[in-house]
Amino acid sequence: MSGAARHGTVLEGLRKTGVTGIFFARLLLACVPALARPRLIIAQIYNAGGRSLIIIMLSGLFTGMVIGLLGQDVLRRFGAETALGTLAALGLLKELGPVLTSLLFAGRAGTALTSEIGLMRATDQLTAMEVMAVNPMSYVAAPRFLGGLIAMPLLAAIFNIIGLYGAQLVGVQLLGIDRGVYWSQMQSSVGIRDVTEGIVKSLVFGAVVSLIAVNEGYHAEPTAEGVGLATTRTVVASSVLTLLLDYMLTAVFL
Amino acid sequence: MVDVRDVHYAIDGRPIFAGLNIRVRRGLITAVMGPSGTGKTTLLRLITGQLFADSGQVLVFGRDIASLSTSHVYAARRRMGMLFQNGALLTDIDVFDNVAFPVREHTDLPESVIRKLVLTKLEAVGLRGAAHLMPAELSGGMARRVALARAIVMDPEVLLYDEPFVGLDPISLGVILRLIKQMNEALGITSIVVSHDVHELATIADQSYLLSGGSVVAAGTPQELARSDSETVHQFMTGSAEGPVRFHYPAPDYASQLLGGDEG
Repeated sequence: MSGAARHGTVLEGLRKTGVTGIFFARLLLACVPALARPRLIIAQIYNAGGRSLIIIMLSGLFTGMVIGLLGQDVLRRFGAETALGTLAALGLLKELGPVLTSLLFAGRAGTALTSEIGLMRATDQLTAMEVMAVNPMSYVAAPRFLGGLIAMPLLAAIFNIIGLYGAQLVGVQLLGIDRGVYWSQMQSSVGIRDVTEGIVKSLVFGAVVSLIAVNEGYHAEPTAEGVGLATTRTVVASSVLTLLLDYMLTAVFL
Repeated sequence: MVDVRDVHYAIDGRPIFAGLNIRVRRGLITAVMGPSGTGKTTLLRLITGQLFADSGQVLVFGRDIASLSTSHVYAARRRMGMLFQNGALLTDIDVFDNVAFPVREHTDLPESVIRKLVLTKLEAVGLRGAAHLMPAELSGGMARRVALARAIVMDPEVLLYDEPFVGLDPISLGVILRLIKQMNEALGITSIVVSHDVHELATIADQSYLLSGGSVVAAGTPQELARSDSETVHQFMTGSAEGPVRFHYPAPDYASQLLGGDEG
């Protein structure tokens, strides 16, 4: 890459960051009037959250079951099988719950948001709203952002609960760890700080994924190819940022 | 009502308008015609304050739309209605809710009043029976009639039509033409119709502007335009490929390109 091209890429990156930043500020401002339309927000919580429930529950169950198997295998080597409850709870609450939910949320709800808003742009629905003196930021963008922001921690919580059950299913029912030990170990080792870490992470991931999805849809080129590209960018940017922010937040909570 | 004064506007350095002047008088149907790509839709976006002119003025209800604050632009838009080429109905709500949308957003009217208002407007466009349908279940002509009902539901003073006749069957086209005329005569709505369908416009327009090359090349009643001796007007009115408006996109010499092998 030549110096000029690299310079251009850096400038383009800066420009995009700036555009997203301004959009985020406008989105936050638009959230105020959007709060007066709770029905729109509830509909979006259902769209982003309710419709993602099945994949979140299935993924949570299998993740928990894998933790059960892996935990049993690793912990047995140290004679610490009884710590499976601790491992499952801390692993799910602090890391796997928020991160995997966020990745699945980006793939399921984020793409749906981007393509829906992108198609609204392509079919002049957003322009029609502007001409009807209705601000699409507060009618379309803000309720979807808020819906995603609220849905994401709820989904992560469900993922965690099902995951803990999955780990218990394998560890206790299949491999014979004592049920009482499994739950009491968990109870004694998990503190409120661990729960808070999971909640903060899922809130941050929910905000980031929803912002990216809404922003990409809102600024998608109004063509079939443009909407497709925007949807791809949503998944890529959301996934990378989720993992990057997870590292940073984990460091903060250490 | 709407006064476009010496407007210059360019997109990415490509001039769209260079000294455009159009005056829309209250209570009349004004047709804005011109070949594709002359910026007819851009003109509507300038009037509704979605775009702003590089220089010149677009006066709407007597005030320069570019000088207004966002809230004043929105207030001006509430006095206008616009019919989009593809209808631009909101696809996640049914026909009734689409027509009710601006009323619910801008008024606190009780639902019983909104229902009567919406059914009245839907009856005016002949689609009262389709109130429960979703936009995806409508034909192109029906979608445009629903969009028209939505555009008039707030009783606007000005109605803007963006290519209202494109892709319609003769019956739908006749209905839309009659509706535009009726809206104008019965409700006194000032109408701006942007289109390239010369013959349809000639039957309803009170005044016409023909755009080409970024400015008005002819203005007057449809009859005056038909009698014009301007080559551009004549070419447009008769639909000829030969004339001052180039049909072919600029290209290298035809024969030499055909004989020159695969390159180019």
